[in-house]
Amino acid sequence: MGDCKAINWQLICSREEFYSVRLFINFLCIIASSMETCPLIKNILLLDSEGNRVAVRYYSDDWPTNTAKFAFEKSVFTKTSKINARTEAEITMIDTYIIVYKCTQDLYFYVTGGDNENELILATVLQGFFDSVSLLLRDSVTKSAALENLDLIYCCIDEIVDGGIILETEAGVIAGKVASVSLESASSLTEQTIIQALTTAREHLTRSLLQ
Amino acid sequence: MAQPLAKKDDDRDDEAEYSPFIGIEKGSVLQEARVFNDPQLDPRRCSQVITKLLYLLNQGESFTKVEATEVFFSVTKLFQSKDLGLRRMVYLIIKELSPSADEVIIVTSSLMKDMNSKTDMYRANAIRVLCRITDGTLLTQIERYLKQAIVDKNHVVASAALVSGVHLLQTNPEIVKRWSNEVQESVQSRAGLVQFHALALLHQIRQNDRLAVSKLVTSLTRGTVRSPLAQCLLIRYTSQVIRESGQNTQTGERPFYNYLDSCLRHKAEMVIFEAARAITELSGVTNQELTPAITVLQLFLNSSKPVLRFAAVRTLNKVAMTHPMAVTNCNIDMESLISDQNRSIATLAITTLLKTGNESSVDRLMKQITNFMSDIADEFKIVVVEAIRSLCLKFPLKYRALMNFLSSILREEGGFEYKKAIVDSIVILIRDIPEAKESGLFHLCEFIEDCEFTYLSTQILHFLGNEGPKTSDPSKYIRYIYNRVILENATVRASAVSTLAKFGALVDSLKPRIFVLLRRCLFDSDDEVRDRATLYLNTIGGDGSVGETDKDVKDFLFGSLDVPLANLETCLKNYEPSEESFDIDSVPKEVKSQPLAEKKAPGKKPAALGALPTGPTSTIDAYEKLLSSIPEFSGFGQLFKSSVPMELTEAETEYSVNVVKHIYDGHVVFQFNCTNTIPEQLLENVCVIMDATEAEEFSEVASKPLRSLPYDSPGQTFVAFEKPVGVPAVGKFSNMLKFIVKEVDPATGETDEDGVEDEYQLEDLEVLPADYILKVGVSNFRNAWESMGPDNERVDEYGLGARESLTEAVNAVINILGMQPCEGTEVVPNNSRSHTCLLAGVFIGNAKVLVRLSFGIDGPKQVAMKLAVRSEDETVSDAIHEIIASG
Repeated sequence: MGDCKAINWQLICSREEFYSVRLFINFLCIIASSMETCPLIKNILLLDSEGNRVAVRYYSDDWPTNTAKFAFEKSVFTKTSKINARTEAEITMIDTYIIVYKCTQDLYFYVTGGDNENELILATVLQGFFDSVSLLLRDSVTKSAALENLDLIYCCIDEIVDGGIILETEAGVIAGKVASVSLESASSLTEQTIIQALTTAREHLTRSLLQ
Repeated sequence: MAQPLAKKDDDRDDEAEYSPFIGIEKGSVLQEARVFNDPQLDPRRCSQVITKLLYLLNQGESFTKVEATEVFFSVTKLFQSKDLGLRRMVYLIIKELSPSADEVIIVTSSLMKDMNSKTDMYRANAIRVLCRITDGTLLTQIERYLKQAIVDKNHVVASAALVSGVHLLQTNPEIVKRWSNEVQESVQSRAGLVQFHALALLHQIRQNDRLAVSKLVTSLTRGTVRSPLAQCLLIRYTSQVIRESGQNTQTGERPFYNYLDSCLRHKAEMVIFEAARAITELSGVTNQELTPAITVLQLFLNSSKPVLRFAAVRTLNKVAMTHPMAVTNCNIDMESLISDQNRSIATLAITTLLKTGNESSVDRLMKQITNFMSDIADEFKIVVVEAIRSLCLKFPLKYRALMNFLSSILREEGGFEYKKAIVDSIVILIRDIPEAKESGLFHLCEFIEDCEFTYLSTQILHFLGNEGPKTSDPSKYIRYIYNRVILENATVRASAVSTLAKFGALVDSLKPRIFVLLRRCLFDSDDEVRDRATLYLNTIGGDGSVGETDKDVKDFLFGSLDVPLANLETCLKNYEPSEESFDIDSVPKEVKSQPLAEKKAPGKKPAALGALPTGPTSTIDAYEKLLSSIPEFSGFGQLFKSSVPMELTEAETEYSVNVVKHIYDGHVVFQFNCTNTIPEQLLENVCVIMDATEAEEFSEVASKPLRSLPYDSPGQTFVAFEKPVGVPAVGKFSNMLKFIVKEVDPATGETDEDGVEDEYQLEDLEVLPADYILKVGVSNFRNAWESMGPDNERVDEYGLGARESLTEAVNAVINILGMQPCEGTEVVPNNSRSHTCLLAGVFIGNAKVLVRLSFGIDGPKQVAMKLAVRSEDETVSDAIHEIIASG
């Protein structure tokens, strides 16, 4: 009998430990949820007209493997490719993700956020991405142009979001940061021409806004 | 700029497309990476190679540890070049390669140099790269520079440092927390995005300090916030503060509501939406607070931008769940969204409308949905079907329109999940709305005429067999069923044979015709079909050869298996072929409690052919079966009601016990479901000693102990009490679990011979008036009320005292009475001062009861209630009043 009690007691102890672990996990969850109050981007995708990657960047562990990433891209593309999102950004939900997207003839731009995210923030990021790429590719937003200037696209994505946190959404500023680099490297230009380039970039932007 | 390699993509027809990356290979690119080691660096060529490396990584290619290290080391050489563009690419590839700690040291000095460079682009990027790859020890070295960078006058640099701080806070919180003065300073920055990043970091540093967060919010809501993003962030923090302070401030204005309200007039749509959403999510939000938010969302519904419409309708959809009345203003706008190009928006609009719609708008709504259903994907359709099902249960009078709709979509194209959702909905509607039965069965019959899914066909045939014979004209179903025998695969044929037999057993007039049909089945090509036909011909044939009575036949056909399938399965697995045949009586009949059963049997297959769709009735059937199999209780008559299981122990204790109260006309049986959670113990002679001193009208008549209770295999023990016949006697029982403990060696499974008696205290349980009332709804309350007549009506008024809200008062009364709310009247519109709630039920003794409750609330939250009861028996009406008077 005494042994029984001892065993019971031992079990209770281990359960209490179990509870304290659970409590700790709950606590961690609470912290994690409060982190989410800052708007977070889950990924930025640039796909071609067949759903293949041109440039992608994931900021979340929701897709731990390459297979998971490709599967996500495939489901996103099949769901969105037939929809005309050329003039206005479109939006859809897949599982618990909100996806805003825009497309040109053979390029599809996507920005993904969690289901609690403000859709308009995601749309602003998408617009920044789309417009800055348009500026950098000088309005010929095609797959071939994008591939030829892939370095600019990578830099552009890098300037928009850092580890899920939005860095910049103004297309002119993003393109300015990326262009100032590329133009100088293309040929040894003087300071004057950088300013010139920025002015053209800004003109492009105003033009695209006025349209 | 990257030179196109100019290879033609042959997949294209006319349009020649050039890609610089066609035929790219990891091996050759790694070879090319040797140019990084050239003494004379060619920046442009190096940039191209880095782009190719990045491309490979981005396409999902992975580098081995050796390859990555090699590339990393050669990349570090590129810091010699002064070329801006190349440096930018170097930063990117370093982040991508995520070097290990010992490798990081090599680039640290170069990056620190860049951090102090005069070029802002260098500084901002060097900070981001360094913080990404650094660890704690290195961080202390660069901390000084980071602090400076946070308050740097160049906002790109400041933002880079702040964002890096947010990331570092996860790994090195104690260091980042030391920066709060600098961060505080940059919250006041004139650059919008710096303010945004500083606010995010500052909040995260202080998130555990409620007071500090509250102060931060107070000062910023009064000050100027420049960027819309920062404004959104502030709104989120504000609603967090409101949420946390909610409990303390009971009266007066909600703090910060004015700030949220003012954000509704902000110039950025992003901020307006964020504020509107925050208001709708406030806990206990009032109509007055909601109205301005709903108004801006309504404007968004008419926006030309899909994103805006989606955001608005999604938020309104959520609001509709809790405050359906508040959303009705938007119904017209919402209806126009049904034809929206974006199907996600259209589906959200439909489901919102279904939630907010009232009885009169149902017909119009259904017309619109019909057009809409043809061009959306299955996943959306399922959502709509489910919404329609709940709408139909809410407005049973509209079943005709809704049932017609379900049957019309059932005829259209669709996948299995979609069809299953529709069939399930129809089955549920038939169960809950008796009037819908005939038409529902007819629709199902039509469906199986052309159904490609065997599972659905068998399910419907089984259901038809149970329900069809009880209809006014059972013969009309025979044709549909026999068609299955002619046209379908063996599984469906076998199931159709069983269904035919059920008709034959229940409807005498059809018997001869059924026999003719069954005899034809004797020549079927499949042996299961033949066997079934033979079996049924003999059982219901009544030629005496099997010698069974009519009752036996019906039991055989309609009774569910009286042993749980899971138990049968384990017994069959354990059965070793021998001389002795398998005895079904050896299978334990104890029902395993649900959670354990789920844990034990992962991936339990859907039960065999013609599985009974689990519905509300099946549990009570199972109980009745179980109880009638116990001789002590068989004389108690018809089981009136079984309660839901109620836990008598805390979760995770040694023994877990819950109780189910079974109410009979003159008896109450308590079923204790016990689980032993200690592997080292075996319990024997388990019983519950119930003390009825606080339940005077009850006297114990029988107790059925549980012989043995091994580890993790639930068992039941019962105690029965006698009580005055037909009277809703109430009382409180205190309970003690008594048993003999025997030790078990978990390794060998051996049990000690000697046991010790022990007791275990359980929580008290009560028999309440609600236990004597069955929740049985009526589809048309007014008709039922009128036909009941005023003869046995009893009306009285009660004061319910101070209540938080009308909703709370209504729910309290519904719970006390345990009756079924009708016509959706359990939902109290927000902020209404009065409410009428309609309840229906069956009182013990099978007397129908209808209750009309009129609630009113006055200023200081005093609730008054007028209770009108009509029933078939005036004593019952009085009893209801007594329940309320004593509750």
